[in-house]
Amino acid sequence: MTDLAATDPLPKPKRDLAPILLPVALALLMIPLIGSTSSWLTLTVASLAMGMMIFIMASGLTLVFGLMDVLNFGHGAFIAVGAYVATLVLAPFAASIQADSLWTNLAVLAPAALLSMAVSGALGLVVERVLILPVYGQHLKQILMTTGGLIVAEQTLYALWGPQIIPMPLPASLRGSFIIGDVAIAKYRVLAMLIGLGVFIAIQLVLNRTKLGLLIRAGVESREMVEALGYRIRRLFLGVFMTGSALAGLGGVMWALYREQVHASMSDDLTVLIFIVVIIGGLGSIGGCFIGAILVAMVANYGGFLVPKLALVSNILLMVAILMWRPRGLYAVTSR
Amino acid sequence: MMILSGDPPRSRVLTLLLVVIILALAATPFLFPGAKALNVAAKICVFAALVASYDLLLGYTGSVSFAHTMFYGIGSYAIAIALYGMGPNWAAVATGIVTGLPLAALLALAIGLFSLRVAAIFFAMITLAVASAFQVLASQLSWLTGGEDGRSFQLPELLRPGTVLISKNLFGFEINGRILTFYLVFAISGLMILALLRVVNSPFGRVLQAIRENRFRAEALGFRTVFHLTYANCLAALVAASAGILNALWLRYAGPDTSLSFSIMLDILLMVVIGGMGTIYGAIIGATIFILAQNYLQSLMGVASKAADEAGLPLLPGLLHPDRWLLWLGLLFIASVYFFPTGVVGRLRHGGGKSEGASH
Repeated sequence: MTDLAATDPLPKPKRDLAPILLPVALALLMIPLIGSTSSWLTLTVASLAMGMMIFIMASGLTLVFGLMDVLNFGHGAFIAVGAYVATLVLAPFAASIQADSLWTNLAVLAPAALLSMAVSGALGLVVERVLILPVYGQHLKQILMTTGGLIVAEQTLYALWGPQIIPMPLPASLRGSFIIGDVAIAKYRVLAMLIGLGVFIAIQLVLNRTKLGLLIRAGVESREMVEALGYRIRRLFLGVFMTGSALAGLGGVMWALYREQVHASMSDDLTVLIFIVVIIGGLGSIGGCFIGAILVAMVANYGGFLVPKLALVSNILLMVAILMWRPRGLYAVTSR
Repeated sequence: MMILSGDPPRSRVLTLLLVVIILALAATPFLFPGAKALNVAAKICVFAALVASYDLLLGYTGSVSFAHTMFYGIGSYAIAIALYGMGPNWAAVATGIVTGLPLAALLALAIGLFSLRVAAIFFAMITLAVASAFQVLASQLSWLTGGEDGRSFQLPELLRPGTVLISKNLFGFEINGRILTFYLVFAISGLMILALLRVVNSPFGRVLQAIRENRFRAEALGFRTVFHLTYANCLAALVAASAGILNALWLRYAGPDTSLSFSIMLDILLMVVIGGMGTIYGAIIGATIFILAQNYLQSLMGVASKAADEAGLPLLPGLLHPDRWLLWLGLLFIASVYFFPTGVVGRLRHGGGKSEGASH
């Protein structure tokens, strides 16, 4: 490399496109394997929708790890809490949920989702202050403390709501599918995709276009430096943690509607799933998390269609394959 | 001191406690009549060994594994499937052992080589993912594992309760196959704990502790840390699988709830933390306290829940219900990680005041 003259613009960081092409290539590869274009399209939309929901749940986890170096094993609890809180709003307004008008439905759904996010976010505040603050910088204790938190949260949910599965029917206007030609696309999946994309774009905009995002990204690179410049990084940590928890709550509501049921054990199953996503994406990377979520969902959907038996271990196989290729995930965050 | 590998309990109270526990366990068939006491004692033996093997990982290398019940389950299922398929004979027991142990070791090797190379935090997440996949696999392959029902089987003639070895009129006690099985469990668990004590006090164990304290420095000193960590992982897996074999032999059953479920993993974590990480002795103390509490406090909770229900208190009956036992365990767990990071053994050794070794 030659010396840079003073007038030259700063060299742009190289864009790493290979991970972005991976899901695209995977999807294209599946066309001949699946055979019919219409089922391929349905499966692809299903994977994108599922991927977006997983992304919403996992994004908080990866951000928290990236910025605070805290691995929250209790992240799944926020998901379950979000879903349970939504039932508080959705159950009394069951009539307006069943009304066949999109606006009536949304008028109930939106406050339910917002309340879930608020409660999960508030819970995040408590968890950060009580469980995580005493053990910053100690991975072993963080894992133990947050695992303990997960148990307590799950058991409290059982104690408050009882151990039975609570049904959570989809609103009438979101049931059914759009039929385009011979392709059926479930309406709720379209909504899930839109919300997921919205969250992704919002996170990217905040991280890359605002001063807050600049500070967060700087904090990921070097915590001491941000502190030395006079910013209260603990506040920043807390804010990110609460946002991550609130997003997990939102993801929980969406997932519960997708499965049309709520149960406290959902936090266990989803914890494993989002861990795989976060590992695949590279701990701390939002972009990696986004691609990882889509990949996991694609493998689950295509795999379930082609070789149902394989679906049980497909996530593990995907993780092994990705880590063989890039041992630190798709996008390795520099400082760790 | 040879038998303890030069690592005595180093506290009078602790020594006394250990002696009392071990004597009580050894004398259970004669001191405490009834099937429940014997079951509790056998469970304490099995879990003491299982928790000690987990301590090798958590306490000595500082890596959190969530796959320990998987190895435990592999041992349980190997012996159960062999005895179920081949009938109650010793050849089946041998088959179970020679398939279960290598399988556990190989899986541990694969996981170790794969995930211990990178940051320690990966190890925790990857073991969690692999263990949950294994759990699903075990419940789905019902032709082999019996699915959710698990596999019940018969023991070889010698170990059955009906087999009277020494009749009642000789000592006033009947020694039957059940009691023989208990002593088998007791002896093998004891041997495994002594072997683990040997391992952690060997030069190899020193290296593990060096890695726990500062992996980078250990590597700079020329130790192949991945080799050491993977080796420790395999050893722990072997002991866990052996404990699984003992558990299955004692219960004459292997199923997802008794050998694979995530709640057993939490129990193990709790026992290690309560007993004291990185001490091995902590495993015996932790397992004893925990299992006694689990078996006798849970019925107390039932009584309290009923009383609260009758008194018409809100919420309390639900919180005190015996099924919510885990809630209180979780709170206890958080409190013990926070306030007693060195556990009972650490407290007894350092007289409480100091918080030495509180952070790594």
